[in-house]
Amino acid sequence: MAITIVTEITNLRRRIPPRGIEQMEQLLSKIATNEQHGENSSYFHGWKAYDNDPYHPNQNPNGVIQLGLAENQLSFDLVEEWITKHPSASICTSEGVQMFRDIAIFQDYHGLPQFRNAVARFMGKVRGGRVSFDPARIVLAGGATGASELITFCLADPGDAFLVPTPYYPAFDRDLKWRTGIQLIPVICESSNNFKITKEALEEAFENAQKSSIKVKGVIIANPSNPLGTTVERETQITLVNFINEKQIHLVCDEIYSATIFSRPNFISIAEIIEEVDCNRDLIHIIYSLSKDMGFPGFRVGIVYSYNDAVVNCGRKMSSFGLVSSQTQHFLASMLSDDEFVDDFLKTSSMRLAKRHQTFTSGLEEVGIKCLNSNAGLFCWMDLRPLLKEPTFEAEMVLWRLIIHKVKLNVSPGFSFHCVEPGWFRVCFANMDDETLEIALKRIRIFIQATDKKSDVPAKKSKQWQKNLRLSFSGGSRCEYEESLKSPSVMSPHSPMSPAQLVQTRT
Amino acid sequence: MKLLSRKATCNSHGQDSSYFLGWQEYEKNPYDEVRNPTGIIQMGLAESQLSFDLLESWLAENPDASGFTRNGESIFRELALFQDYHGLPAFKKALAEFMEEIRGNKVTFDPRNLVLTAGATSANETLAFCIAEPGEAFLLPTPYYPGFDRDLKWRTGVEIVPIQCTGSNGFRITESALEDAYQLARKQNLRVKGVLVTNPSNPLGTALSRRELNLLVSFISAKNIHLISDEIYSGTVFSSPSFVSVMEVLLERNLANTQVWNRVHLVYSLSKDLGLPGFRVGAIYSNDNTVVAAATKMSSFGLVSSQTQYLLSAMLADKKFTKHYIFENQVRLQKRHAMLVRGLKNAGISCLDSNAGLFCWVDMRHLLTSKSFDAEMELWKKIVYQVGLNISPGSSCHCAEPGWFRVCFANMLEETLDLAMQRIKDFVVSTATKSSNTGRSHHLSSKYSARKSLSKWVFRLSFHHDSENER
Repeated sequence: MAITIVTEITNLRRRIPPRGIEQMEQLLSKIATNEQHGENSSYFHGWKAYDNDPYHPNQNPNGVIQLGLAENQLSFDLVEEWITKHPSASICTSEGVQMFRDIAIFQDYHGLPQFRNAVARFMGKVRGGRVSFDPARIVLAGGATGASELITFCLADPGDAFLVPTPYYPAFDRDLKWRTGIQLIPVICESSNNFKITKEALEEAFENAQKSSIKVKGVIIANPSNPLGTTVERETQITLVNFINEKQIHLVCDEIYSATIFSRPNFISIAEIIEEVDCNRDLIHIIYSLSKDMGFPGFRVGIVYSYNDAVVNCGRKMSSFGLVSSQTQHFLASMLSDDEFVDDFLKTSSMRLAKRHQTFTSGLEEVGIKCLNSNAGLFCWMDLRPLLKEPTFEAEMVLWRLIIHKVKLNVSPGFSFHCVEPGWFRVCFANMDDETLEIALKRIRIFIQATDKKSDVPAKKSKQWQKNLRLSFSGGSRCEYEESLKSPSVMSPHSPMSPAQLVQTRT
Repeated sequence: MKLLSRKATCNSHGQDSSYFLGWQEYEKNPYDEVRNPTGIIQMGLAESQLSFDLLESWLAENPDASGFTRNGESIFRELALFQDYHGLPAFKKALAEFMEEIRGNKVTFDPRNLVLTAGATSANETLAFCIAEPGEAFLLPTPYYPGFDRDLKWRTGVEIVPIQCTGSNGFRITESALEDAYQLARKQNLRVKGVLVTNPSNPLGTALSRRELNLLVSFISAKNIHLISDEIYSGTVFSSPSFVSVMEVLLERNLANTQVWNRVHLVYSLSKDLGLPGFRVGAIYSNDNTVVAAATKMSSFGLVSSQTQYLLSAMLADKKFTKHYIFENQVRLQKRHAMLVRGLKNAGISCLDSNAGLFCWVDMRHLLTSKSFDAEMELWKKIVYQVGLNISPGSSCHCAEPGWFRVCFANMLEETLDLAMQRIKDFVVSTATKSSNTGRSHHLSSKYSARKSLSKWVFRLSFHHDSENER
């Protein structure tokens, strides 16, 4: 036996000579080694700059301010107050520990009944009580990320396609395509009509797919939209429902920003539309989450709500791969069943978002920067086309680098959202305190005004902008930008910063 | 055009099987000491309910972990926002050290090589996505956990080819069985990407021997494939021989930092060792940076709730507590195991010699009316309906031989286990009496007339329970 092992060890060691990367990679799947996770995209350049040099009012006042993170940090005080008053919501406190073992053991993929009931109720409240949701149709998932992937696995086979209006949330490329093997076909939306989804654009996208023999299984929209911050109008939704119904393809509505509406027009959910428009309800599905509306991305609460029984059934089995922690379900069931708290939270959160939005957009307007008119979301869709050297994505990249490295703001460039027109940027406004937002606005003011001074021309003349930009900032050359793209490091929106560091950068 | 995907409409989730029937019957008629004393006792649930008191007293002594506080100050905001897929550093460190402790500190784990996932269910699927293409295969020793059919195959499109193990040698993995499985895969034109073992085994309750581990390492080395070692029961080893992780064997053979080293991956979870299946805490440990990187990104689809990470980082960092918990829990498991073995012996039923897990692998071959899976199903139905025990038939675990059943012992009160043993004894005695009365060794009740559909169940590849993710 000993001799056999020695021989084996020798043989094993002989096999050690280093192999080429290719051979190594064949050992793993294509999914594991391709770039379809999307994290090597230049989109993350800004994140890297932020992570390397994060703003802090005392420790790093000249650091990069994070305006690329769509998080709702405005209303934690309300939640913290609730927690203090409701210790039994936790299964760990002396008030709640009698529930500990039952909850700790609970792994039923139907989810805690009280949790599903509370979520259904909450979703109804967010829609002003105009529609109600059946808890039996709620399927749990690992955050909206998990929910998006799950619904795709249920509806489409590898090679099939979903149509998605541009601009859209960058991570859809990962969530919907990476492991599922489906394709995304853009439905082009343009600024000329405020990026509304048109029937023509839908038909064109569908025909393009047909020409390439690609089977379209559905349309996916975000309502309210990320990055636009606008709610999808009633007429547009009716157009969508008629479109998918005629083609007998699915409509997936990502409504994760539904409680971030802060001004008119009101949010209209697809759940309301199907009450007035005849359609095959087996085609209608909603993605939801508490990450944006409540500000709880860490708790990984994703929901798939489907009107199709087979999808609910199948989705439920798939949710085994990303159930919500029972500890979290129990905690949130308690919180979301508290009607008084929920009503107050929704109202207050909306007011605070409105105020932030107003402060930010008026601050921008003071220096001649316009944003798309928006009524929801945690961000603005900023129009910096006048600042472009030329109307190209190359020029957008140059401007972006300038903003990151000179103005020291991490904003998200339109190209990363697959916007077809260069010059648009998404800027978040709800993930920092008032002072930090003010500093960000100040930096923008200084940047614009400095450019003004040099050109001696009023801020509103767009052509002058472009000339002055070229003259004033020599650091933003294309070459330097491309150099930075060659950096091998992979960054992600999931910052590798420790929580302690995160706390520090928040004042 | 078909409305849904193939995955949505096929049976690869494995939940249409006969195995489900036992669960359904249990749910219709669950035993309760007071309200339903003649109901069905659940012995198909591999969960441990033996040591919650230890967790509860820890909670009482550690109020910070209980609320969203650190040193009395609220960290709610920090936790609510924390979605970094690298995981809470404090939690990964504590988890890595907990895993080391379970292995007697004979191996070390670098927290940077740990990937957190939503339960071991997600960990196994993620590894399959990372290692294999659709249509490629993993070899798994039989009998194996029914959920693997879903976890490894369903959405990944990967295949499983069995490594047949039999009762003749205590279901140990042999060199020839490994080779046979590999050749079987080749004959089916399936490219084998790896072997997956559960150590300790579900449903056997045995820890893999050093010999088997060495065989596996040599095998995967020779074939240039991966080895996944699902060690989620590693903390439940309650008697000797003590648990040996495949990582330990690699170190013993001086294979650290070799290519084989990079092809061995562990799966872990706190569902069994700490009895917290609801919290969805799973982990992948790999020495291969590409696997760690890919799995980390994939974990986005099923991260562990930050609230749960925080609670457990505090709990597992309390070394005094973890040491005590591991030890005391094992003592209780051993006691329960002994109770079950004794009770079954009393009824003339033996079990595979086992030293781990939350169940026994019970030999009821002598109670079969014939040496067939049909007879196994027949016996199983009798046990569910007549005896009132939901146990798991070997066929649902892809066992090559009929007559074996997995019986869990850690998910009920002692009194309930006693009652279950009494029921089995009564059943065996009455069956024996009936046999001797009729003068025949076969006695079939014709109650179960769905014989045709029985064989249909047996040959379905997938078995799984409907509403639980239990193992």
